[in-house]
Formats: sequence, C-alpha cells, structure tokens
Amino acid sequence: MINFRSIKAIYIFEMSRTFRTLIQSLISPILSTVLYFIVFGTAIGNNINFTNEIPYGAFIVPGLVILTISMQSVNNASFGIFFPKFLGTTYEILSAPISYVEIVIGYVGASATKSFCLGLLILITSTFFVDLNIKFPILMLCMLLLSCVSFSLLGFIIGIVSDNFEQINFVPMIIITPLVFLGGSFYTIDVLPDFWQTITLLNPIFYLVSGFRYSFFGTGEVNILISIFSISLFILLCIIIIWRIFKTGYKIKT
Amino acid sequence: MQTIIEIKNLRKIYKDNKVALDDVNLNIFKGEIIALLGPNGAGKTTLISNICGISSITSGDIKVKGFDVVENYREARKCIGIVPQELSFEPFEKVINTVNFSRQLFGKKPNEKYIENLLKKLSLWEKKDQIIRSLSGGMKRRVLIAKALSHEPDVLFLDEPTAGVDVELRKDMWNTIKNLQNSGVTIILTTHYIEEAELMANRIAVINNGKILLIDKKDNLIDRMSKKTLIIHTNSKINKIDKALGKFKLRISKDKKNLEYDYSPNKKKTGITTLLNEIKKTGIELIDVQTKQSNLEQIFVEILKND
Ligand SMILES: Nc1ncnc2c1ncn2[C@@H]1O[C@H](COP(=O)(O)OP(=O)(O)OP(=O)(O)O)[C@@H](O)[C@H]1O
Ligand SMILES: [Mg+2]
Repeated sequence: MINFRSIKAIYIFEMSRTFRTLIQSLISPILSTVLYFIVFGTAIGNNINFTNEIPYGAFIVPGLVILTISMQSVNNASFGIFFPKFLGTTYEILSAPISYVEIVIGYVGASATKSFCLGLLILITSTFFVDLNIKFPILMLCMLLLSCVSFSLLGFIIGIVSDNFEQINFVPMIIITPLVFLGGSFYTIDVLPDFWQTITLLNPIFYLVSGFRYSFFGTGEVNILISIFSISLFILLCIIIIWRIFKTGYKIKT
Repeated sequence: MQTIIEIKNLRKIYKDNKVALDDVNLNIFKGEIIALLGPNGAGKTTLISNICGISSITSGDIKVKGFDVVENYREARKCIGIVPQELSFEPFEKVINTVNFSRQLFGKKPNEKYIENLLKKLSLWEKKDQIIRSLSGGMKRRVLIAKALSHEPDVLFLDEPTAGVDVELRKDMWNTIKNLQNSGVTIILTTHYIEEAELMANRIAVINNGKILLIDKKDNLIDRMSKKTLIIHTNSKINKIDKALGKFKLRISKDKKNLEYDYSPNKKKTGITTLLNEIKKTGIELIDVQTKQSNLEQIFVEILKND
C-alpha cells in the first residue's frame, strides 16, 4: 500500500518552496545558457565544425541542457533534504507514517520535476539562437527525465550526507561541473589525444551527453543502448546507496 | 485502565556508546497525563524519540495501541503527535499551510473545519496567514502543537512545553494541556519543573541516567511528600528506645540526643499527644521539639542521590 497523500504533501510542499523564489530559480540558469550560446554558439562557434551536418550552435544544445539540469537537480534535491535537517524539521518526516520509498519519491520527484521544466525552458530558449530539429522527441524527453531523476537522486544523497552548506556545494562544483565539461558537452572526443579519449570513456556523463545528443541528431559517439544502460546503472547505484542510508539510519536517525 | 503505550526492556545506546536508556519498562494509560521528570541528559527526549521513530531502538519493544513501532510503524505513528523540545519550523511558511501540510503528511484527508477549530482552540486562528517567523516564541510553540494535533492523534508528546516560557504563558500552556486531556488525548510531557509535574500530571515518572527510578500516581507521591518528622531533643544520651515506646517506630538521631517520629499531618490522629505522654512517663527530659517537612523536591533529590 502506497501512501499517496503523504507523498503528495511532501511533493507539493517542495514545489511551493520553488514558487516562492520562482524568478531566481529560473533567471540564473537561463541567463547562463544564453551567455553560452552567445559566446560558444555564435561568436566562436562559426569557426568550429566537428560534424559536417550539424552547426556547432545546435551541437552544444544537448550538452548545455545536461550541464544546467545536472547542476540544478543536484542543488534542488540536496537543499530539499538538507534544509529540514538544518532547521530540525526532519522530526516530523521521521515520525510520520510514511516509508522511506515514499519520502524519496516526494523529494526526488519534486526536484526532478523542477529541473525537467527548466530543461524544457532551456530548449525553448535555444530555439531563439539555433534551428533545432529534434529527431526522436519522445526519446529526448525520456533521456531528459532519466537525467533529472538520476541527478536528483545523487543530490538527495549529497543532502543527507552533508553536515553544512559548504559540503553541499563542494560535490557539484568539484566533481559534476568538471565531469560535464570534460564529458564531451562542447566537443566530440575524437579531437582529444588518445590518452584523454580513454580517460573520457570512464566519465559517466560522457555516455549521458552522447545518448542525449543521439535523440536530437540521430548520431552519437556511443550506441544509444549503452547510454541508456549506463544511466540506468547510475540510477540503480544511487537507489542502492539511498536504501543503505535509510536502512542504517546513517545521518538521518540518531 | 487501558494501556495505550507499552514499553518493554527498552535500551538505547548511541553511536558513541553512550547508554541513554537502560532497560526502561513503562506502561502509559489511555487518557492520562504522565510527566517524565528528570535532570538534563536523563534520557527523556531519547525515550520520546524512540517511541516516535526519530531515533532507532537498540533493543526492546514499544507498542502503541498494540502496534509495534518498528514492524507496524504506519499504524503506530498514525496515533501519535509530537512537539519537539526545540522550536523547529519552516520560517517562511504560513501557519495554516504548515498545519495543513502536517495533516496530509500523516495521510489524513483535508478537513478545514477541524483545522479551524484546532487553531481557534490554540488562539492561532487570527494568525493563520502570518509566516511562522513573525510569531512570538510562545505562539511558535502553539503552532508546533497545532501541527502535532493536526492529524487527530490519540497520544501527544510534549517535550518540555514550557521551557523558556514566561509565567503568564506557562499558565496558559497548562490550561491548554488540561483542555487537551479533557478532549480525550493521552499526554506525555517532559519537564524539569517539579511544580509543573505536580500541577499537570496524573502520574509522575522520575528518570535519571536512562533509568526510570520511580513511577507513581501524583497523589501517592504527594502523600509521601507530605510526611512530616517530629524531632524531639532530649538532654540525655539515648542508646535504646524504651519498650513502652516501641509501637511508635521511633528513630534515634546520629548524635543519640534526639528521637525522630514520622507522621502524616493530613490524618485526624497524628499520635503526637500520646507519644509525648508516653515519653513523659519514661522520664526522658525534653528540651525542644521541632518538625521537618519533606517535599517532592527533597524526595527527588534523595532519589537521584541514591541512584
Ligand atoms: N544524538 C546523540 N548522540 C549521542 N548521544 C546523545 C545523542 N542525543 C542524546 N545523547 C545523550 O543521551 C543522553 C540522554 O539525552 P536526552 O536528550 O534524552 O536527555 P533529556 O533527558 O532529554 O535532557 P534535557 O532535559 O536536557 O532535554 C545524554 O547524555 C545525551 O548527551
Ligand atoms: Mg530533552
């Protein structure tokens, strides 16, 4: 039996917090996307060509979306669960008749919803700069959703494990941003020296970007199935970690 | 009396090996107010946290309305509302929203009428659209009480409801709690204040170092408390109590100069007149008499000292 009412309570509560600061939560990611387009897509991009068919401005769209939603998902989810810890209001969640799964669905669901909407907004914004013909729209939406969920799960873990605000910012800044930048968001990896190509193959975000790009243009650097497999693997890993956290009560229960 | 919460052999050891609860056994009855009285670090909050699922149980069993709090946590927790010791809330949320949130979180259908009555009862109705941060400390605690009661629980835990509250508000809070009891809610409150326990509770449990040292009806405790001791100073050394005085259960003081006699001033016959007459017959010469009263405070201190 799933307690939908409780899930809904957490979900709506989390969403309404976003609406209180709606302008801030949208403006900064959209503004930075626009800047990327102006600098990379228009100013520099005209001189770059990785693939003969796709203009560089369009080429970077999937990477830009991943860049933004990865950061936003991690932020949303980590703050979503860290705030109650910080304020001491977790007592209520813990004493409520809800299961761990329901707590996770509420928080991660809200976080993923927010970044999914943001991802769509960025796509819409990008159409002002480039012509976008999305080859597999349904696949694209699925990939977007999977990415939002996976990074929200990761953010949830970070939020639980962190003891202070510095730690929350640390992981996205130190790990995720570099991985996204080096994961082929702005270039194809065949322009890299062999050694760095091999290193890139160890970067999970490379598969994500590649798969996402496939849904736009019908070409990717790795097989789309490998992409989907690796995202699923990542989600599974996060779920196992969260399951362990709740099982042991680590950093949640005293 | 119907048991609503049953705690058996409860132990709680924190990660740093601190034993916070040591073999606690306690039954809480439906409809009563029970006060957990104990000094800082006694384990009061830990006990509440264990019952409510905020802290994990090391060993032992807790049942709420017959439901195990671990195995049947959904059913058990539905019956419970908790007001934490520290004022914790979402600062920018409106009072009404946060109370509605709590109700839904506990899986209850929205019920505007009930929430309206609840907020009125706690004098929060006029403030329902204010953000919590803008309320005074006493009002904030009321919001937490409203949240705890939003899902119509049978049992309410109040962890130090009057800490940091001035005299006026404290009386107000006491009234509120009494009214809640009258509406059928079972209440477990923790406190450092003996007078609060005395005033509010039907039963008092004294807890220290993770153990329940004593649990009794308040009236019994007050009976004990109201015992007086008559101290009879004599001018000679007393080595043995005269046979004629045997029935009075007298004690000889350490310096062997005084006789001590326990009596209850509430009773019609305290036995003092007869005692003094009998003493006169034995020929002991009296210098002075004096009475001493022990109160709950002293009993409390005595219990803690012996622990
Ligand atoms: N999270 C924790 N980790 C380790 N030890 C803890 C933790 N919480 C409480 N303790 C310890 O357990 C003991 C009981 O603490 P508890 O908070 O239950 O006391 P209390 O009776 O509520 O005290 P107070 O009257 O100050 O609120 C204390 O010695 C405390 O230091
Ligand atoms: Mg306490």
